[in-house]
Amino acid sequence: MESPMAARNPYEVLGVKKEATADEIRAAYRGLAKKHHPDLNPGNKQAEARFKEIAAAYDLLSDADKRAKFDRGEIDESGNEKPRAYSYQDFAEAAPGAKYRAQEGVAPEDLDDLFSFFGRGGFGQAGGFNQGARGEGATIRMRGADRQYALTVDFLDAVNGAKRRLELAPGKSLDVTIPAGVRDGQVLRLAGQGGPGLGGGPAGDALIGIHIAPHALFKREGDDILLELPVTLGEAVLGGRVTVPTPTGAVTMTVPPHSNTGSVLRLKGKGVAGRGDELVTLKVVLPSGADAELDTFLKDWAAKHPYDPRKGM
Amino acid sequence: MIDFDAVLRQVRGVRADELEEWIEARWVLPERMASGYVFHEIDVARVHLIVELRHELSIEPESMPVILNLLDQVYALRNRLKSLREAIETLPAETQAQLLARLKE
Repeated sequence: MESPMAARNPYEVLGVKKEATADEIRAAYRGLAKKHHPDLNPGNKQAEARFKEIAAAYDLLSDADKRAKFDRGEIDESGNEKPRAYSYQDFAEAAPGAKYRAQEGVAPEDLDDLFSFFGRGGFGQAGGFNQGARGEGATIRMRGADRQYALTVDFLDAVNGAKRRLELAPGKSLDVTIPAGVRDGQVLRLAGQGGPGLGGGPAGDALIGIHIAPHALFKREGDDILLELPVTLGEAVLGGRVTVPTPTGAVTMTVPPHSNTGSVLRLKGKGVAGRGDELVTLKVVLPSGADAELDTFLKDWAAKHPYDPRKGM
Repeated sequence: MIDFDAVLRQVRGVRADELEEWIEARWVLPERMASGYVFHEIDVARVHLIVELRHELSIEPESMPVILNLLDQVYALRNRLKSLREAIETLPAETQAQLLARLKE
């Protein structure tokens, strides 16, 4: 905000309703202007500022065109044009626009023309461009441009690998093989799927930036999979066999007796693409609701077995 | 990146059934994930654009593919033009001046 004055709604400044007629607005302005006019309030800075605000509000609302623009949100309180909340053009002209480009704006032939024009040797010679016959001397052979695309991959597809179809401009798509273990931010290169080459040059590549969507249960750290596994009080104290989800399906794991919240158990080879491990962090969960038997037991037990888990704090 | 419902909240003036139709017609190309659609910034901006064209400029649905296609061609062209300009900027000043003189003729 540049100044507190600029930010106020002109309707509020004049104290009129949004539906106010031109006459009502004029009347409100006159009333306020008389009261706050600097000449009637000599040396009063506050009145001067208020008067400016009133004048600016009236300037905006007394002009039917400006008022309509303000009502539509096209200009702000100061009468400045508001930047549009979005600009498709900004994206479309830049790298992300590649996916909506049904055809290249410039056909390869056009660029061939352009390069053959340069290739005729106009530059560097006295007299500038050579006006030779069209089509002669297309000497430049150039690789096509790379095109950038973005692809969001499900967590498990990134871990296990998958095939995905990237939807491009109407009628086009790219089939992408996601290698198992692909990392967030990695760029996959599809050779020859970019822009066409010039003068018989090879096509460019499609560069596909990978974004991995988060998973509700799993997290990833390098090639390891991290999982928090709730266990019962009984499983934690007495140990037991529990079923654990992994990226390749559920497996059975043994919880050793006297495991605690925060204990980490390692499932070898259950990490990303068979390379890493799955690290299972246990979380002891008490039964929900009251349990009279447990209460009775613990009163007795706690009295006999005091311990302080907060000693180090 | 946002999902379908977030687009409906963010872009004023678009209904769910319309947005579905536009995706079906491939006017806008969000990613299709198992969990639903994923819209990138460019897709959201394109939905804004389609809302303006359809609702404010009252462009008929039959005309939309042509208009979108032409717009995208213009933007692609401008993208290439930018590359060309950048290439020209790397040329010696003398060559740039020659080119400029030529373009002014």
